[in-house]
Amino acid sequence: MSTTTDPVRTTRPALPSARGPLSAAVLGALGGAPVDAAELLADVAAADPFGEDLQLALYCCYELHYRGFAGVADDLEWDPALLGLRRDLERVFLTALRAAVAGGDDLAAEIDALVVEHVDAPGVSAHLRRHGDLWQFREYIAMRSLYHLKEADPQAWVIPRLDGAAKAALVTVEHDEYGAGRGERMHAQLFADMMRELGLSDAYGHYLDVAPAAVLAEVNLMSLCGLHRELRGALVGQFAVVELTSSPGSDRLVRAAKRLGCGPATEGFYAEHVEADAVHEQVVRHGIIAPLVAGDPGMAADVVFGMQATGVLDERLSQHLLASWAAGRSALLRPLDDGGAVPPA
Amino acid sequence: MPADAAPRRVRITGDGPVLLEGPVEVELPDGRRVVSSRPVTALCVCGSSKRYPFCDTSHRRRLRAAPEEDR
Repeated sequence: MSTTTDPVRTTRPALPSARGPLSAAVLGALGGAPVDAAELLADVAAADPFGEDLQLALYCCYELHYRGFAGVADDLEWDPALLGLRRDLERVFLTALRAAVAGGDDLAAEIDALVVEHVDAPGVSAHLRRHGDLWQFREYIAMRSLYHLKEADPQAWVIPRLDGAAKAALVTVEHDEYGAGRGERMHAQLFADMMRELGLSDAYGHYLDVAPAAVLAEVNLMSLCGLHRELRGALVGQFAVVELTSSPGSDRLVRAAKRLGCGPATEGFYAEHVEADAVHEQVVRHGIIAPLVAGDPGMAADVVFGMQATGVLDERLSQHLLASWAAGRSALLRPLDDGGAVPPA
Repeated sequence: MPADAAPRRVRITGDGPVLLEGPVEVELPDGRRVVSSRPVTALCVCGSSKRYPFCDTSHRRRLRAAPEEDR
């Protein structure tokens, strides 16, 4: 065994602060305290499915399956009490998502709607492109780092749950996300390069403590669908939405980065996604979804659910960001205090 | 990545770009050469791409809800 320091271990994130009884219970368990699921039943039942407490609790449960936290034992990943609590939280989240979507199994209609460009539609990238301030762009990047510093990881869980052509095509996209064999070209690495250019910390999980529930919920949906084989179709639907909608949005963010004078790493990250995701769209539609549904027509409703749930959460995040910024307020739980651009006092 | 003996697969999507397997070098009418090192490259065949010869999804149908602003 090597005795050199493992860089991954030294860069594990610190535990965040609790936001209510559920996240306090999970954080307590990560610190070694016992979990009393029965005692938490009332809190689970009363929790806002999209609220700060439940989403942070779920995020911390899932993080055990990625990189864990500083000072937290690795084997808590498979602690039965924590897994039991996680299942209770997931049921609340999943039930709320199922209630929030239109449902159905008309996959062609969902895809058609996603690949029409709504030129004047309000949205975060449209706002940043035309009017956004640098502090808003920095907040957006800080909170999106919860996903992008592990970009493509949640979707990797689905690989062994697919078969044949769909699996081969999904791995083709993942291979591109992971830099096609070159570590310095991994999208997570390109995102880290952009963060440093913007004066942000690129340490994994650094912004968890200030990330609002609306952004945690998006990552939690990916982890939920990735870790449950039952939700493999939904995971493909989630992945499809990202890949089908990313090119035009990334193009707007290239323009935003140019207008705000962010620098080459920031323009480069989004420029890479304009071209890469134009390819990925085609591979996802024709290479993954078509054979998946041809082999198991029952998958169509699951893929549609994943697409619609992603849309619901994206809309919630978009509303939170645009409403906060329109009011001149930070969209984070606390404004950044790193000496870079921040909201007006 | 296709094996040396296997023919390179080119997929015509019909409503979008042409997909080419493996890294490619594209020579343009003016003699300029551009390289894509992606596992799959999407080649623009509609001519609308702002990143020509590579697809940027500009072929998509565009819906406008309000009068044109500054696009």
